[in-house]
Amino acid sequence: MLGAMDAAQAIADLKEISPQVRDVVVIDPEGNPAGSSLREEPAAARLADGARRLLATADELRPGVAQLEAATIVGSVFVVRDGARLIAATTTPEPTVGLVFYDLKTCLRSIDEPAQKKPTGPRAPATDKAEDATA
Amino acid sequence: MPRRKVMTGVLLAAGSLAGSVLLRRRAARKRERVDLYADDGSMHSFGEGTAEADRLLPIAHELLAS
Repeated sequence: MLGAMDAAQAIADLKEISPQVRDVVVIDPEGNPAGSSLREEPAAARLADGARRLLATADELRPGVAQLEAATIVGSVFVVRDGARLIAATTTPEPTVGLVFYDLKTCLRSIDEPAQKKPTGPRAPATDKAEDATA
Repeated sequence: MPRRKVMTGVLLAAGSLAGSVLLRRRAARKRERVDLYADDGSMHSFGEGTAEADRLLPIAHELLAS
């Protein structure tokens, strides 16, 4: 799991500022839900799975898709990619598209990335400056 | 008096035109579609009935129904 507490807080903030958003799920680089507004885990997993399928299908049709909106009469589905992570949301019909995309990106970027492993090996010896100067 | 009638006619025509434009826009917004935004900033929109939308919209319906 990737910063679960932070994801929960970011999702709570998103739901507070964006009343058009119904359900949200943050998907980690492994494709698993890293946080969701849905209380039931299977429901969050279904939304995460559907979002990944939506983005994979969109990528087949138009490679390099960074974000998408599927608008239907009953509501919209948004998927936003940021690096290896995704965020997906369902909204009410006819949402303010630009605002929803902005709020989703802000939410995703506010969630802590997993801590990067620091290199543990010995430092490489400093190169000879004279050698660099002659290059 | 005729000038007033002309003005009324013009206003009615303008009102009808504005109304029809609004209705068309509203109807267009109610159509189902999928918008794909690429990394390079370009956007492709696929309305219902296109091959692309026919592949993507069922997944969206599935997610919205659950």
